[in-house]
Amino acid sequence: MNDYSSLVQFSIAVPLVAAFLTLFVKSWGRAAVQIVSVAGFAIPVGLALCLWGLYSPEQAGGYAFVSEFDTGLSVIGVSLKLGLNGIALPLFVMATIVGLAAGLYAAQSKAENLHRYLFCLLVMQAGLIGVFSSIDVFFFYFFHELALIPTFIMIGVWGGRDRNYAAMKMTIYLTLGAMLSLIGLIAIYVKSGAESFDLIALKAALTAQPLTDSVQNYAFGLLLFGFGILVSLWPFHTWAPLGYGAAPSSAAMLHAGVLKKFGLYGLIQIAVPLLPDGVSHWENWIVWLALGNILVIGLVTMAQRDLKQMLGYSSVMHMGYAFIAVATMSVLGVGGAVLMMVAHGLTVALLFMLSTMIHHRTQTFEMDEMGGLSKKAPVLSAFFVCGMMASIGLPGPGLANFWGELSMFLAGYEYKSWLVYAMVAGIVISAIYGLRAISAVFFGPESDDFREVQKEHKTTDMTWSERVPALILLITMFFIGFFPKTVTTAINDALKSEPVYAAQEVESSSHAHNHD
Amino acid sequence: MSTELLQQIADTNQWGAVYPELILGLLALALLVLEIVLPKFAHGLIPRIAIVGQLCLLGYLLIFDRTGCCEGEAFGGMMSFSGTGQAFRIFFLAASSFVSYLAMVSLEKKDMPRVEYFHILLVITASLMLLAQSAHFVMLFVALETATIGFYILVSYFRTNALSLEAGLKYLIMGALSSSILLFGIVLLYGAASNPALVGHSSDPLNFANLNVFLAANSADSMVLIGMLLVISGIAFKIGAFPFQIWVPDVYQGAPIPTTALLAVASKGAGFAMLLNLVVVFEPLKDWLYPLLTVLAGLTILFGNFGALTQRNIKRVIGMSGVSHAGFLLIGVIAAQSVGWANNAIIFYLFAYMLASMAVFAVLAHMPQENDAELTLDDLGDLAKRNGFLGLALAVGIGSLAGIPPLAGFIGKLLIFVAAFKAELYGLLAVGIVGVVVSIYYYFGVIKSAFFEAWSFDEDEEGEKAAPGESLQFLGRVTILIAVAGTILLGFYQSPLGDWLAGK
Repeated sequence: MNDYSSLVQFSIAVPLVAAFLTLFVKSWGRAAVQIVSVAGFAIPVGLALCLWGLYSPEQAGGYAFVSEFDTGLSVIGVSLKLGLNGIALPLFVMATIVGLAAGLYAAQSKAENLHRYLFCLLVMQAGLIGVFSSIDVFFFYFFHELALIPTFIMIGVWGGRDRNYAAMKMTIYLTLGAMLSLIGLIAIYVKSGAESFDLIALKAALTAQPLTDSVQNYAFGLLLFGFGILVSLWPFHTWAPLGYGAAPSSAAMLHAGVLKKFGLYGLIQIAVPLLPDGVSHWENWIVWLALGNILVIGLVTMAQRDLKQMLGYSSVMHMGYAFIAVATMSVLGVGGAVLMMVAHGLTVALLFMLSTMIHHRTQTFEMDEMGGLSKKAPVLSAFFVCGMMASIGLPGPGLANFWGELSMFLAGYEYKSWLVYAMVAGIVISAIYGLRAISAVFFGPESDDFREVQKEHKTTDMTWSERVPALILLITMFFIGFFPKTVTTAINDALKSEPVYAAQEVESSSHAHNHD
Repeated sequence: MSTELLQQIADTNQWGAVYPELILGLLALALLVLEIVLPKFAHGLIPRIAIVGQLCLLGYLLIFDRTGCCEGEAFGGMMSFSGTGQAFRIFFLAASSFVSYLAMVSLEKKDMPRVEYFHILLVITASLMLLAQSAHFVMLFVALETATIGFYILVSYFRTNALSLEAGLKYLIMGALSSSILLFGIVLLYGAASNPALVGHSSDPLNFANLNVFLAANSADSMVLIGMLLVISGIAFKIGAFPFQIWVPDVYQGAPIPTTALLAVASKGAGFAMLLNLVVVFEPLKDWLYPLLTVLAGLTILFGNFGALTQRNIKRVIGMSGVSHAGFLLIGVIAAQSVGWANNAIIFYLFAYMLASMAVFAVLAHMPQENDAELTLDDLGDLAKRNGFLGLALAVGIGSLAGIPPLAGFIGKLLIFVAAFKAELYGLLAVGIVGVVVSIYYYFGVIKSAFFEAWSFDEDEEGEKAAPGESLQFLGRVTILIAVAGTILLGFYQSPLGDWLAGK
C-alpha cells in the first residue's frame, strides 16, 4: 500500500460521482451538465498522468499503487484490489485520454436528454478505468460489464440506423462471450486452489503448482473464445461493424477504442501467464482464426462503401495482429500488441469521431455520395488523412501503430516465418481501403448528392470545439510515436518479469544465436 | 399419537420462539376487528396499519434478532429453529411487506373489499414462516395447506374478472393435485418408516431426524424411493420446476398483481425452504435424489427460458423467467451437497430475486391499465418518457433478473455458478449459460419496449404528450426506491450479507 494508491481509486470514483451529479444538476441547465461531465472526464486524465509520472514497478508482484477493500464476497475470495503494472498503465492512461476526447465530443452533441447520455458515458468511463486497474480478476470482469451495459443502452436509445437490431445482436453476442470468459475465470479460481480471485495470489499458486494439461486446455479454450467474441475474433465478429455502425459516435469511440481491448488485455495479463500449456494447445486455432481476421475481414473491409461500417470492419481486422502476437508468447510480440492496442485505441477513436463530423457535413455515411470535401474543409481532411495513415500503420502520424506492428511482424517471423507474409498482405489491404476512403471522401469531384446537400447546409470546416478533442487524440498519438520508450519500458519490464513471456525470450535469443 | 408424545410436545412448547408468527396472526385478526370497530371513512387506514405492523416486526427482526433467538428443536420435534430459518422468516416478511404495498395500489384501482386481502396475506406469511422451520411432515403439511388455501382465494380475488377466476380454478385444481401427491408421498414414507419389521423404525417416523435415521438404514426400499419422488414432485409444483410448471403462465397472468408477486417470490421461496430442509432428510437417498434434481434443474432452465421467448404478456414473461430462476436455484441446492456455503448463496439469490421482482411488479402496479391481466409489452411503450423514475426502476429490476452486473441478480448467479463449478456440475453449468444467453433476448425485449422506442434523434417528430397514467405517491416512491437501491447496493457491496454468507 502506498500513498498514491488513492489516486487510482479517485480516477474510478470521479466519473461515477460526476455521472450521478449530471442527473442532479440537470435543472441548472445544459451548461452545468456539460461542465460537470467534462470535469468527470478531465480529472481522471490528470490523475492518470500523475500516476504515469510516479510509476515505479518495484512493488510486490510488479504492481504499484496497490489497495484492497473487502466488499463482502470474501467467501469466494473476491476483494476489490486495485493497482497498476506495466501492461495496465499505458492502457489505463489511454482509456482516460480517449474518454476525455469522447466526453468533450459528447458534451457538445445535440443528443436528446443530454444528461442521461452523459450519465451513460461517464458510467462507461468509470468501468473502463476500473478494468485496467483491477488486480482482482473478478472485478476485472465486473468493471467490464459495468462499461458494457451503458454501451447497449446508448446504442439502443441514441443510436442511428438499425439501432434496435444492432443493440440486441451486440447484447446477445457479448453476453455469450462474457459468460464463457466468466466460467473460464471461475475454472481458474476453483482449480488453482488459491481460494482467491486476486491475480497475484493466483499467479503464485499456479507457479508453485501449475494446473494439469486438461484443465489448462479447457480453461484456456473458454477464455480464448469468451474473450475472442468480445474482441471480435473471426468468425464471431459480426456484432462489431453492425454495432459500431449504429452506435452514437462517443459510444463507438469508447467501445472500439478502449473496451474492446479488454479481451486482449485479459488474454495477455491473465490467460497466457496462468495457462501457458493451454496456449500451446490452442495456438494453431488462434493463428488460423486471426488470419481470418486479417485476410478475410481485410477483403470485406475493402468492399465496404459505408464509411462507419468500413471503420468498424477495419478495427475488427486489426485485432488479428494482436491475436497472432499473443500466440507467439514472446516479449517482443506481446509488447508490440500492447503498444498497438494503445495506438489503435487512439486512432480508431479519432476516426470514429471524424466520421461523425463528416456525416454532419455530408448528411451521409455513403462514400459514393461524398467527394471533394477537402476544398470545403481542409482541416478536417488533414485530420482524417493523419488518422487513416495511422490506422494503416504508415510511419509518420501512425508511428506508434507502426512500432507496434513492426514488433508484431518480427515476433511473427520468429514464430512461423510464413506468417509475416500474411501479415504484410494485411497492411497492403488496409492501405488500399484506407487510401480509397481518403480519395472518395475528400478528393476528386463532388458527387451530385453532396452538391444537393450543400444547397441546404453550408459546409464549414472543423470548429474549435471539434478540433480540441481531435487534437487531444492526435497529439497523444504523435507523442507515443516519437517517444515510444515512455510506454515500452514499462511494458517490457512487466513482460520480462512474467516467466511465460521471458522464457520464450531466452529461447528465441538462443535460437538466434544458433543461426549465427 | 400416544399420550406420552403429546405430553412431550406440551413440555417442549416454546411459544416465545414463534413470536413473529404469533404477532402476524394477531395482526391479521386485529385487521378484521378494526373493520368492525372503525367508522367507514377510516377504513382506508387498515391497509396502512397492516403495512406499519409488518414493517415494525421486520425492523425488530433485522435489528435485534437477525440470527434467531432460539436454536434446536421445539414443540416435541415439530419445529426446529436455525439461522437459515430466521433468514427465511425475514425473507417472507419482507416479501409480504412489499406485497401489501402492491395490494394497496392495485385494490385502490378496483372497487374491491380490501381488508380480507391483507388478512389472508398475513396468515399466508405466518404459515410460510412456520413452514420454513418445520421439522416434521405433519407440521410441514399443515403449514403448507394453510398457505395454499390462502393462495386459492388471493389468486381469484378479482372475482369480476374472468381471467382471475380462470387462474383461480387452475390453481385450485393443480394445487389440490400437488397437495395430494405430496400427501401420498408422506403417507408412503410413514408406512415404510413405522413398519416394525424394518431396521430404524420409530413411533414418530414423520419427524425429520427420525426419518433420516430410518432412511439411512433402508435406502434401497422401493416404497421409500417412491415416497421421496412424490414429495419432491409436490415441492416441484410449488417452485414451478419442470414438469410441474405448466400452471405458472396462466395463473401468473390471471392473478392480481400483488398475488402474482406473492406467488413468484414467497411461494417459490417457501418451496426452496422446504427443499433445503428435505435434502438433508433425504441425504441417504442421494444416489436417486441428486440425479433427479439435476434433470429437473436442467429442464427447468431450458423450459423457462425458451418458453419466455414467445410471450408478449408481461406477467407471463415474468412467470416463465421465474421458472428459469427456480432452475438456477436448484443448481444451488444440488451444489450444496458438497459446497458448504451454497445454502447461503441460495438465500442471497432469493433476496436478490425478491428485490428485483418487487421493483418490476411495483412498476406494473402503477400502470394505468384497468385490467392488469392484459398488460402486454406494447403497453410499456414510452414508459421511460412518461415517467423516468418508473422506467429506471423497471430497467434495474429486469437487469437484475437477467443477471447483469453490477446488480444483485448477477452476484446471486455468480455465487451459484462458483458453487456449481466447485461441485463439478459442468453439465448444469453449460445449460445455465445457454439459459442466461437466451434469457437476454426476452429481458431485452422488455427493456426495448420501455426505452428504445421512446427517444430518438428525429427532431421534427414532436413527441406526443405523455398519456395520463402513472402517478406516484410518496409511499410508492419510497417502496420502489428501496427495491431499486437494494438491488444496486447488493450488486456493489455485499458486506451486509457477506459475513452472514460466510457463515459467521
